[in-house]
Amino acid sequence: MNLQMFLQNLANGVSLGTLYALIACGYTMVYGILRLINFAHGEIFMLGAYFIYYNILLFALPWWLAFLIAVGATGLVGVAVDWIAYKPLRDAPRISALISAIGVSFFVQNLGLVVFGGRPKPFPVPAFFSQMVNVGGVRIMSLTFFIPILAIVLFLILSFLIYRTKPGLAMRAISKDIETARLMAVDINKTIAFTFAIGSILAAAGGAMWAMRYPQINPMMGTMPGLKAFIAAVLGGIGSIPGAMLGGLLIGLLEIMFVAFLPALSGYRDALSFIVLILILLVRPSGFLGEKGEEKV
Amino acid sequence: MGRRKKRLITLAGLALLILVIWWAQANLNSYTLRILNLAAINIICAMSLNLLFGFTGQFSLGHAGFMAVGAYVTGLLILPEAAKANIFILDPLTWPFTVLSAPFLVALLAGGAVAALIAVVIGFPVLRLRGDYLGIATLGFAEIVRVLANNLTTVTNGALGLKDIPPISNLWWTVGGAVIAYAVIKRIITSSYGRAFMAIRENEVAAEAMGVSLVYYKTLSFAVSAFFAGVGGGLMASLLTTINPRTFVFMLTFNILIMVVVGGLGSLTGSIVAGLILTVIMEALRPLESPMVIFGRYIPGIPGMRMVIFAIILLIAILFLKQGIFGQRELDLDAMAGLYRKARARLASGQKESGV
Repeated sequence: MNLQMFLQNLANGVSLGTLYALIACGYTMVYGILRLINFAHGEIFMLGAYFIYYNILLFALPWWLAFLIAVGATGLVGVAVDWIAYKPLRDAPRISALISAIGVSFFVQNLGLVVFGGRPKPFPVPAFFSQMVNVGGVRIMSLTFFIPILAIVLFLILSFLIYRTKPGLAMRAISKDIETARLMAVDINKTIAFTFAIGSILAAAGGAMWAMRYPQINPMMGTMPGLKAFIAAVLGGIGSIPGAMLGGLLIGLLEIMFVAFLPALSGYRDALSFIVLILILLVRPSGFLGEKGEEKV
Repeated sequence: MGRRKKRLITLAGLALLILVIWWAQANLNSYTLRILNLAAINIICAMSLNLLFGFTGQFSLGHAGFMAVGAYVTGLLILPEAAKANIFILDPLTWPFTVLSAPFLVALLAGGAVAALIAVVIGFPVLRLRGDYLGIATLGFAEIVRVLANNLTTVTNGALGLKDIPPISNLWWTVGGAVIAYAVIKRIITSSYGRAFMAIRENEVAAEAMGVSLVYYKTLSFAVSAFFAGVGGGLMASLLTTINPRTFVFMLTFNILIMVVVGGLGSLTGSIVAGLILTVIMEALRPLESPMVIFGRYIPGIPGMRMVIFAIILLIAILFLKQGIFGQRELDLDAMAGLYRKARARLASGQKESGV
């Protein structure tokens, strides 16, 4: 493998990794606050892509407006999911909320099948993203560069929201100790809704870029990226935003490099991230940047 | 209730069950029989997951992986040699599997045993993880099994899978398996082993402080659970006659998990009832996807509609039955005797009041 191919794979790996990282943020925030694996997150990601598709195709909106409206709408869907399926179960055993999440995932996926149809749809990629850029003799789609850039911008905004604003402070307080946060007059339900909105917005942005990267969409497209992103979140240390970014980047790079260096084993690509996850968890049971849980009797 | 009386009632119940199976096997059509068989297999898998999750408190999402192992082992053992040559066209089957064959019962037990062995091997490192981390690691295991099944073409025939597996599974096998699984698991949870499992579920640190070996009991629970999942997978292979890696996607694990939780974590009766109800609902919703005529208007089949309705039913069930149908309660002979006594007492006191 020459240097040029390596650089091309590196660029691909980073762009895939940042996509995983974007989706992983939603998982990690919800888990940090509710201790809930939001299995419906992959479906939110799928909805984001479909909303853009229909905005462009049915309403003939310019792509940036389609993007904004779709991302906003997906945020609302995220809040609605929380309100309908998770809020009534706040005091129930945690497993009930998990089953509820699986139910929502089934529901959205199959509703997608009913409404959008099962056949994959070609996704309209704006010319701006699909032009080829020549970097040191390697031709790379401009999108490959835009994904990490947009992702970094979104991460900066997210970090600002979480570490510098009041709702962000409330989120951090709840994830530390929900009861104490309640006593300190933090509006739990509002903050959780806010969390779902942000997580879903990031997922929708991820979905949009995913759809442009593999320019077609189908109702099942959220399952595998969702699972991988969740692994990324666990790998980085669930509940930690920098951890999610790190984990996402790592999984994305590993997957691309694995296929690039060992093309004969490419069939095992989907197992790779799980193997890595299990190995890492055995050494560091709470991921790279996760907080060590204390044990009390 | 006395022990003798209990044994008598159990024997009577079993005799009744045998009569029912005998009648069903002779009179019901193949479609109904298939649903009942599936329900029995789901019940076996649900009860085994309940042992691990509901009674031992170890959150596992790896059941589809163990079922896959059982299904492939059983399938390879009961496929006749000629059929194997027909199936493995692209890549020939590797040597020991071409000649190995066994009667169905042995094949099922072998499937379960291999699954249990794998559970011990992966359980030893993985069971140190707790809660959701364990769930994700076991989910990873199941996905790895699926990817292996897709890629080890000389053993599993890759994405094409195994077909023409002899259809030996019938109600005698599936319901019989469910009865045996119930008896064994019930026996385990009412023994000192079961108390150790439940101690781990309630509080690992406290259990360890009381001298319960976490490694031993967790691995044991994992292995027994995997054994029955493997047997369930083997029964499934023979019932479906065709298996491929897509049969064992994590949706299958979710289905089993849903049965366990809707029935009630830590209630075998719950797993049985929920397994039966959910399997029947899934099948009953199938007509939704075929074309139909409503009020004289022709409506073409809508793929996906079945799972939409199923998801809504599931959401409603979980939102209103937060502890599942049975919670941690059991409806076994002791419970029934208790209910009977209570009902009689209420009846008696009611008569007294109305008599005065």
